[in-house]
Amino acid sequence: MSGRVLVGVKRVIDYAVKIRVKPDNTGVVTDGVKHSMNPFCEIAVEEAVKLKEKKLIKEVVAVSCGPQQAQETIRTALAMGADRGIHVEVSGKDYETLGPLQVSKILAALAKKEDAQLIILGKQAIDDDCNQTGQMTAALLDWPQGTFASEVSLEGDKVKVVREIDGGLETIKINTPAVVTADLRLNTPRYATLPNIMKAKKKKIANMKPAELGVDLTSRLEVLKVEEPPQRQAGVKVETVDDLVSKLKEAGRI
Amino acid sequence: MANPLRGEVIRLYKNLLYLGREYPQGSAYFRQRLKSAFMKNKDVTDPDKIKKLVARGDFVIKELEALYFLRKYRAMKKRYYEPDK
Repeated sequence: MSGRVLVGVKRVIDYAVKIRVKPDNTGVVTDGVKHSMNPFCEIAVEEAVKLKEKKLIKEVVAVSCGPQQAQETIRTALAMGADRGIHVEVSGKDYETLGPLQVSKILAALAKKEDAQLIILGKQAIDDDCNQTGQMTAALLDWPQGTFASEVSLEGDKVKVVREIDGGLETIKINTPAVVTADLRLNTPRYATLPNIMKAKKKKIANMKPAELGVDLTSRLEVLKVEEPPQRQAGVKVETVDDLVSKLKEAGRI
Repeated sequence: MANPLRGEVIRLYKNLLYLGREYPQGSAYFRQRLKSAFMKNKDVTDPDKIKKLVARGDFVIKELEALYFLRKYRAMKKRYYEPDK
């Protein structure tokens, strides 16, 4: 038992920002847009830090894949209480096509390298909404997975995970090492305060390249088009009940 | 001049200023309010009173953190979960 937990954190466009699609429909505008840590990743970090505070694990390692700015996201995780960070540098063309499969390959390689006991991830990112990274990582490592966790407890070398499923909760017990993905109700993430951000600057962030981990980043997916969701049609005001009835008849509703 | 509570007050101001960057009505709005709130009490010299004011500021920090958390939580809930739950 290494007592080491790997937490994946993703840098995404801030949840409060209005997303705009690029005019050539190849993606969304990211330049000069506020970014922050994916809210579900915050929940994952909080859970790992809580486990550490209960002395059930020894070390929390925050991992992020992306360009230089991903370090800010790792820094936030460190401010929340993670012990050290690993920045897997992916930039340019590779970053544009970086998807769940590529990230899970990186995470799987890191989990082996760091001898992790547990991987905690957010269930999905709010930018691509894939909800695949946790599942793929578990599959690549051939580890058990507890997805959509709303409660996690360590019991010896097993993890008890209460999962959010359609219409209720499911409790499962899985062996470690395992992959757990956090759902919204797992906990309430703490705020990365200014003093903690400052203190986090002393913590170490290791820099790595995917090639050093022996991971090939070629993507088999091709994005054909990114479009805005359809605009809501304007409503019509009617003067009388008769007008309303005739309009509804016109629309074929009655 | 070197009031022992000076550092405390500056720390509070910095922390609040940092939190204000995420304020829903914009950081400029927050900053203006923050500054006027601090300037209003600039002539307070009684250490007990200063301590009380700093404690009030720390309380505001807690409130802001709670506000941001709730705001994010609600946004996530609205986007990803059924409304009736």
